[in-house]
Amino acid sequence: MADEIRTYHGQPVLKEPIWSWEIPCYFFTGGMAGVSAGLAGLAELRGNEELARRAWLVAFGGIAASPALLTSDLGKPTRFLNMLRMFKVTSPMSVGSWLLSASGATTGLAAANSLTGAFPRAGRVAKPAAGVFGLPLSTYTAALIADTAVPVWHGARRELPFLFGAGAALSAGAAVTAATPVEAAAPARRLALGGAVAEIAISKVMEKRLGELGEPYQQGLPHRLSLLSKLAVAGGGALVALRGAGSRPASVAGGLLMCAGGLGMRWSVFKAGFASAADPKYVVGPQRAAIERGERRGGARSEPKVSAGEPGAGSPATAPPTPLRQHAPVGD
Amino acid sequence: MSRVGFFTDTSVCIGCKACEVACKEWNQIPMSMHGFSGKSYDNTLDLGANTWRHVAFIEQKLPLDARADGASLVDVAQASTAASNGHGMLDTYQEGDGLRWLMASDVCKHCTDAACLEVCPTGALFRTEFGTVVVQEDVCNGCGYCVPACPFGVLDQREDDGRVWKCTLCYDRLKDDKEPACAQACPTNSIQFGELDVLHERAEHRLAALREAGQSDAQLYLADSDDGIHGAGAFFLLLDEPEVYGLPPDPVDTRHHLGEIWAAAGTAAVALGAGLLAAAFGGRRG
Repeated sequence: MADEIRTYHGQPVLKEPIWSWEIPCYFFTGGMAGVSAGLAGLAELRGNEELARRAWLVAFGGIAASPALLTSDLGKPTRFLNMLRMFKVTSPMSVGSWLLSASGATTGLAAANSLTGAFPRAGRVAKPAAGVFGLPLSTYTAALIADTAVPVWHGARRELPFLFGAGAALSAGAAVTAATPVEAAAPARRLALGGAVAEIAISKVMEKRLGELGEPYQQGLPHRLSLLSKLAVAGGGALVALRGAGSRPASVAGGLLMCAGGLGMRWSVFKAGFASAADPKYVVGPQRAAIERGERRGGARSEPKVSAGEPGAGSPATAPPTPLRQHAPVGD
Repeated sequence: MSRVGFFTDTSVCIGCKACEVACKEWNQIPMSMHGFSGKSYDNTLDLGANTWRHVAFIEQKLPLDARADGASLVDVAQASTAASNGHGMLDTYQEGDGLRWLMASDVCKHCTDAACLEVCPTGALFRTEFGTVVVQEDVCNGCGYCVPACPFGVLDQREDDGRVWKCTLCYDRLKDDKEPACAQACPTNSIQFGELDVLHERAEHRLAALREAGQSDAQLYLADSDDGIHGAGAFFLLLDEPEVYGLPPDPVDTRHHLGEIWAAAGTAAVALGAGLLAAAFGGRRG
């Protein structure tokens, strides 16, 4: 970035998001629910009924909490149904609202069938459907925050979906590991550990590729959250990997630690976005640098398309008054 | 109906804030008190839910041979004196004592490619028959997605209300063949309203005239259709770089990268599925 970045009295160029604590928590619950549904479905295929039941329970818990969190964050919560007025592919929030509705319905049916035996025929369709919907449910939230002007989110638009996907795998695997007797929990442990390694690796790749834009992750609250969450994931992962197969207490402790780490990573990304929107240098610096390198033309033009011509041409003092336009009155 | 909008010629803005007042009055906008900001005469600070016209004030001290933005007059004089071995005179070219005022009335740009409109999940934000972008306040549920999507930081959520509000380009006045309140109130015709084609032509002549007169930093902002938002319904004549006024030098509609964004999300979902399969089937025991 250029050294002397010019700003307007140091004021921000963008607005920080208005979202509050419910949103990073939803990133966590949605991802956990989505991948747990897939884990449950696959466990049933392998005949692991114990694991499947626990995984459907976790999936149901996550998918029940999710719309409550989202609705609570709305400025007008009673208008939550307006989210389904249309299906708009240019809006990840619109697509996600429909995904969440589909996931909610199918996961609810599947969990009900698994836990109570109700809806046997519907359950046979709902279970694989919930598993399939759960995958985009876990990654669309990354698309949502990337599809904004926030520099640290938009700048990481290629990495964030993989980070959130890994986080979802880690969270689901860890939660189900904690909830399941150790002899049935091997797939959940593998999922948690695979997700953990992937999340830590992708997080490092993302920060490296962001370069100077990634500065919010190197300082302040986003940095502390990122560090703590990596420690929790690594620590919990070690517990699960080394002791999880033999010890339920270790599985519970390790699983919960890993979940805390997964949640912490979402919060770190969330807070980094706010920091990146609040400081004008993250907007002006890269944009001005790209213009100076000739890569972008920018929004301004210094060369007029006409020659000067008449003195006073274009002067506001000589601009004709706006003519009244004649058009058919509305409702005619 | 041809597209209408604003051409704001900041070279004749006198900083009277009649536009801010007229806008507040006509649209019955609540107070937005910040107190005295200490940032020149600007006490509204930026556009937001309760400020739809915002006048910016920039004080620049520009001696002839130095781009001393923000440097005190004393520093520049000392530098000039040192450079000429004690015989220096502070050469300036602006009106007054080497001080240049930049004043500009900022507003929602009513972008051709409007990120706010594109990310709105409820359809509250829509494009009117005049080519402007308006929020339907009976639909908006305050999800706030438009707020970080706008590359100019225009939209915001109104406290105690929960919905997002912004400039409507006086949609109600347009339907009655009137011009927007701010354009009507502006005493110097800095804010000009009309059909965009007409305004563009006028702006080119004005830019040419200013550059001919020696204003080498004069530039049109958002007047062309090949920038990151494909032009706007409100474009400006500025007397310095956009960032000096708090405007992004290269605003981009995030939808221009939507293909990449969805591709990454889709690929990540598939990768997640592969990982799930590996975890579920990858061991000796199920």
